[in-house]
Amino acid sequence: MTMLKLIFRSLIATLLLAAILCGAYPLAVTAVGQLLFREKANGGMIHLKDGRIVGAKLIGQPFTQAKYFHGRPSAAGSAPSAPNGYDAANSSGSNLGPTNQKFADGLKSNIDAVLKENLALKPGEVPVDLVTASGSGLDPHISPAAAAAQIDRVAQARKMSVDEVKRLVEARIEGPQWGVFGESVVNVLLLNLDLDQQAPVAAK
Amino acid sequence: MSVRDTLQLVLFLVILAVSAAPLGIYMDHVFDGSKTFLSPLFGPLERLIYRLIGVDPGEDQPWSKYAIHLLVFSAVSLAFTYAVLRLQQVLPLNPAGQGPVVPHLAFNTAMSFTTNTNWQSYGGESTMSYLSQMVALALHNFLSAAVGIAVAVALIRSLARKEAKGIGNFWADMVRCNLYVLLPLCFIYAVFLLSQGVIQNYLPYQDVLTLEGAKQTIALGPVASQVAIKMLGTNGGGFFNANAAHPYENPTALSNFVQMLSIFLIPSALVYLLGRKVKNLKHGWAVWVAMALVFLVGVMICTHSEYQGNPIYTKLGCSTAANMEGKEARFGIFGSTLFATVTTDASCGAVNSMHDSFTPLGGLVPLVNIMLSEVIFGGVGSGLYGMVMFIILTVFIAGLMVGRTPEYLGKKIEGREVKYTMLAMVVMALSILGFTAWGSLDSAGLAALGNPTGHGFSEILYAYTSATGNNGSAFAGLSTNTPFWNLTLAFAMFFGRFFMMIPMLAVAGSMGKKRVHPGGEGTFPVDGPLFVGLLIGVILLVGALTFFPALSLGPIAEHFDMLRGQFYK
Repeated sequence: MTMLKLIFRSLIATLLLAAILCGAYPLAVTAVGQLLFREKANGGMIHLKDGRIVGAKLIGQPFTQAKYFHGRPSAAGSAPSAPNGYDAANSSGSNLGPTNQKFADGLKSNIDAVLKENLALKPGEVPVDLVTASGSGLDPHISPAAAAAQIDRVAQARKMSVDEVKRLVEARIEGPQWGVFGESVVNVLLLNLDLDQQAPVAAK
Repeated sequence: MSVRDTLQLVLFLVILAVSAAPLGIYMDHVFDGSKTFLSPLFGPLERLIYRLIGVDPGEDQPWSKYAIHLLVFSAVSLAFTYAVLRLQQVLPLNPAGQGPVVPHLAFNTAMSFTTNTNWQSYGGESTMSYLSQMVALALHNFLSAAVGIAVAVALIRSLARKEAKGIGNFWADMVRCNLYVLLPLCFIYAVFLLSQGVIQNYLPYQDVLTLEGAKQTIALGPVASQVAIKMLGTNGGGFFNANAAHPYENPTALSNFVQMLSIFLIPSALVYLLGRKVKNLKHGWAVWVAMALVFLVGVMICTHSEYQGNPIYTKLGCSTAANMEGKEARFGIFGSTLFATVTTDASCGAVNSMHDSFTPLGGLVPLVNIMLSEVIFGGVGSGLYGMVMFIILTVFIAGLMVGRTPEYLGKKIEGREVKYTMLAMVVMALSILGFTAWGSLDSAGLAALGNPTGHGFSEILYAYTSATGNNGSAFAGLSTNTPFWNLTLAFAMFFGRFFMMIPMLAVAGSMGKKRVHPGGEGTFPVDGPLFVGLLIGVILLVGALTFFPALSLGPIAEHFDMLRGQFYK
């Protein structure tokens, strides 16, 4: 068999296999996805009553206002387009190492900010997930402790009772999947949507 | 480790052990060419492919022919991927309007996916069109996995054969693996992923107005079909930049658990297949146990280090020092450390947390896993033939100790096999350490660093280790999308893939030719605790002797810096 023939055979094999593995296969998966899991397969977008798409259930977004629960610091994207991270077209972690001065400085300013915003919270009680950047920069969740740390602030900003806010938070806690896998988490966007529905606050 | 962590770990190992036999037996039938329950579905397609490419699947190829066909096929499919990447701007399915991939990046990426590495110098959602993802990249997720499995199967076959001329047929092994093993498993797996929330669409990126009124653009795409083969084929190339940390690639703790399992699924079944083919199931399980033990040690060290975390957290006011930097809340510490260990024991390289931000010893575990040649279950195919390499060395050393001709499965191990084995090992070490030295001295290398001093050195060491080991995970603070990095990494990937694969095919050829002698009293048994212990010892010793000096400059020194609160600008 000459080399030329072998190259030709390899090319035909590549194209044939591409047709099956990169054509038929993903199309079949797409068909199943669109038939059985349409909403999820298309990104799990959340529509408000007025039709506005306010985000995706699985994609975190930046929150800075006192009346909303805040998610984790995010290293996805950068200023000016995404000053607070959460650029969902540029997912990324901070990739800062454990002995990098920038890591220590960033951590300190995150902790200071959290303590300043949440006066009920004392040094030594700051939940670590609330002051560290996630791997994707799009983490939609925080730990129940990180949500609890913000309850007083949110209640005050919305003139709601602490118990009311606490109830909303507790309703949003998702335990470990099947009781075994992963950690307990709270979806920040869904929680904030609950708040807006329960106790609308006039936009500033 | 909490009780729940332990429960997950036990569950993980039990499912892995239970799945090994059925999948191993099924693969035995597939690669024998005998009928399986999928033959009515894929048989006609398989025969059509053979006819169109002019292959007689029954032709028994000698190892050299098998190797040449493998190399040419890899080269041609590499060129195909390069062409698609360069032309993506004029090809369809590009709703985000991505431009052409620049030449050095396209070369690096084509080499990366052809060698089953999936090192990514780019961010998927900001560089690749949907067509490039599906055709240029996912194609190699299938092909490189199938090629790796084919080599392992050819090696197993040769160990089981007596006085044989050939080692099998490359085209038949490769096509059968794709059609009967990878494709059906991926389809079922992709449907599971869809149920968990992994996306699958061809929509343009979605603009949304967030609750606070900011604009957010959400990248979309056909993700589920690609994630399935990315994990199952131990490829690891993420659809998105954040890989398996991205909520659209890995949305739930359950999808996380299944993704970790799917990395080890085929490698574990191949070990069973080895035992079955050579009619010594005990040997297969002995190898499996050796792998599981080293795996467990890695998980323990990594998990402990990340829970212990960094003293800076509590010093500045956090309630614990557990290191959540670069980790997702839904996975927590253990869901991240288990993933990091699994993905580097195998040659997968998908990441669900950023290894660059691990504590020094937590990050040492993935690094060392790759340095041990990824034989702890390992990559699909490459893990098994890498392990056979260490078994040959173990048997050889045992033979030297007792002063008898070493034998493996009744076949004499001679100078030829040991030379091929050592060639592969020396090339690995040379590529990792040589390139690391170069990258640490060259200003073009140092320009990429994302972290200072010792940690920066770890980034370089990790990059060339990952490339040579065909892993693809990274200390991702390193910005490698430059000509220097893209080219040196591409060559490291090439050396790591083919200077291990081809020598092992040569070993297959020479082992297949040998006569089988019935084992005597002096034969070193390959199925007991003594063998398991010696095998682990050899793996660790080779790794430690080669890499300890480099490790002590990087993560080990940094560990002490971290403990005494030393930070660097």
